[in-house]
Amino acid sequence: MAFLSNFINGLSLGSIYAIIALGYTMVYGIAKMLNFAHGDVIMVGAYVSFVSIYSLGTPPILALLISMCVCTILGVVIERLAYRPLRSAASLAVLITAIGVSYLLQNVALLIWTSNTKVFPSIVSIGSLRIGSLTVTGETIVSIITCIVIMIGLTTFTAKTKTGKAMRAVSENRQAAELMGISVNRTISVTFAIGSALAAVAGVLYCSMYPVLVPTTGSIPGIKAFTAAVLGGIGSIPGTLVGGLLLGIIEIFGRAYISQDLSDAIVFAVLIIILLVKPNGLLGKKVTEKV
Amino acid sequence: MRLWKSKTSRQNIITLASVVVVFTVVFFLNQGRMLSRSLSGQLVPICVYIIMALSLNLTVGILGELSLGHAGFMSIGAFSGVLAVTSLGQYIGNPILLMIVAILIGGVMAAIFGFLIGIPVLRLRGDYLAIVTLAFGEIIKNVLNCLYVTIDADGLHVAMFSGAKLPGEFIINGPQGAKVSQHLSNFGTGFVLVIVVMLIIMNFVHSKEGRAIKAIRDNPIAAESVGLNITSYKMRAFVISAAMAGMAGVLFAMNYSAIEAKKFNFNTSISVLVMVVLGGMGSLRGSIVAAIVLTVLPELLRGFDDYRMLIYAIVLILVMLLNSNPRFQQFKITAKKKVTAMFRKKEAAKK
Repeated sequence: MAFLSNFINGLSLGSIYAIIALGYTMVYGIAKMLNFAHGDVIMVGAYVSFVSIYSLGTPPILALLISMCVCTILGVVIERLAYRPLRSAASLAVLITAIGVSYLLQNVALLIWTSNTKVFPSIVSIGSLRIGSLTVTGETIVSIITCIVIMIGLTTFTAKTKTGKAMRAVSENRQAAELMGISVNRTISVTFAIGSALAAVAGVLYCSMYPVLVPTTGSIPGIKAFTAAVLGGIGSIPGTLVGGLLLGIIEIFGRAYISQDLSDAIVFAVLIIILLVKPNGLLGKKVTEKV
Repeated sequence: MRLWKSKTSRQNIITLASVVVVFTVVFFLNQGRMLSRSLSGQLVPICVYIIMALSLNLTVGILGELSLGHAGFMSIGAFSGVLAVTSLGQYIGNPILLMIVAILIGGVMAAIFGFLIGIPVLRLRGDYLAIVTLAFGEIIKNVLNCLYVTIDADGLHVAMFSGAKLPGEFIINGPQGAKVSQHLSNFGTGFVLVIVVMLIIMNFVHSKEGRAIKAIRDNPIAAESVGLNITSYKMRAFVISAAMAGMAGVLFAMNYSAIEAKKFNFNTSISVLVMVVLGGMGSLRGSIVAAIVLTVLPELLRGFDDYRMLIYAIVLILVMLLNSNPRFQQFKITAKKKVTAMFRKKEAAKK
């Protein structure tokens, strides 16, 4: 039973990683940049819903919506002010700017909410599920279901809608897409909006599971989710799901069966081994080199 | 004066000379206790970060591969340096000799790890390479965090889990870090090490290997087709870069009474990367200046305390935006032309 229980915990942690990783993957696929500030958007999302539950007394679901709105706006504003002027700059310049934005968000959060640890209330009101000796918490169920819904929704969105098709076109070939009359800037803004809204969801779910909220809360799940995105093949939505779930399961199993202290090292070691065998990630597209 | 005629050597000599002059002045100011306390406390970290930035510049600027785990090599150097000093301290009485031995051991250990890590890392490309260096940095940090080493008359004892019964006295005690038995770093050591590292990098970049590596950076396919062994050259640059980060780690460790593995985290790697990028990729002079400014800046802003890192972040973003602004780039080019024209006129007037 312990095995099954660990497996389910791994799945639920993995679902959260997958939701965060979607933000990385979409932005990478479309804007070809590593958005290091994504982890801190998670933190902002968690703080906003914390404030709206405690100070405004809103019900949890409304708090989630508010934080999604705030994060969406934040994501679009960051893109507009910090990343768009660098569209044609070297990728390293964009990376450093993203790191700057990450520091900025952390320090603004530090000024507003101080470094005192906030205990995040769980937004999940459904109780635990008991099957025999196996207990599945409400948070676990909700995060797995949310992840499935988001994955199906996003896959349909990119496959069917006009904006979704535009996103795929831009990620395939930016110049050709522009020539076909697609507004690249608008598409990238939409991508950031979706990614940041998902980050808010992930932030709330993550903090419901690990209820410790400080201004650096976002950085560890951010790095892990980034790893998950690379593991699955960055730029691919199904790959993100696979990578996220795998990472969550490895982390929980590593913690339970190998060593509590070395779980992060195990996660990263698996990443390295997989990248050695499949250099573009599990489901990543193979890029042929042209001379 | 053949050296003076080549433009790169001339630039290198100017850089080296200005570093020597500035450092000598600072050295004597420090001897005469004319520096503020906070600044004189920053002197060794400045040297450490100059070496870190120079060595990372070799990977990022010259080799053209993004590395996000440079602090990992620094920590390997730091911890092996501490081990070396504690275990060899009884045999080597002379502190300078001991420090040299420790720096060499730290550098060699980091080079060995650089080689081992380089085998998988250098097979990958671009962002995948970056994430794997990040992963290695985190693994090194995590493993050092669980490392327990003690010393007694029989030698060193190592364990990898907490609560292990080890004989003797702890040198490295898991998450609590390593105890540094002797305070061996000072500005003089840092000064010499900076000069040595600069000489090594300048020579390396200027050598046959350096040219090959730059060719590989600019066009790997073309470089391979003229018969350059890409992996071998990349590996040389990566190992040298790791070795120098290890030396910087020894210098860093010997400046404190204890070091912890978590000090060498992702943020440390990133702040070194910021120095390299702000200073200009591949520019040694730029790395040195950026390392000095970015190490001193947070100290200067201490008065603003709460806003310190906020200002740092805003400055970072603004500098990046300004640097990539086409109008500003144009302005830089015209300004440079005007300045050189002014100097030319002066020289002509003298004649």
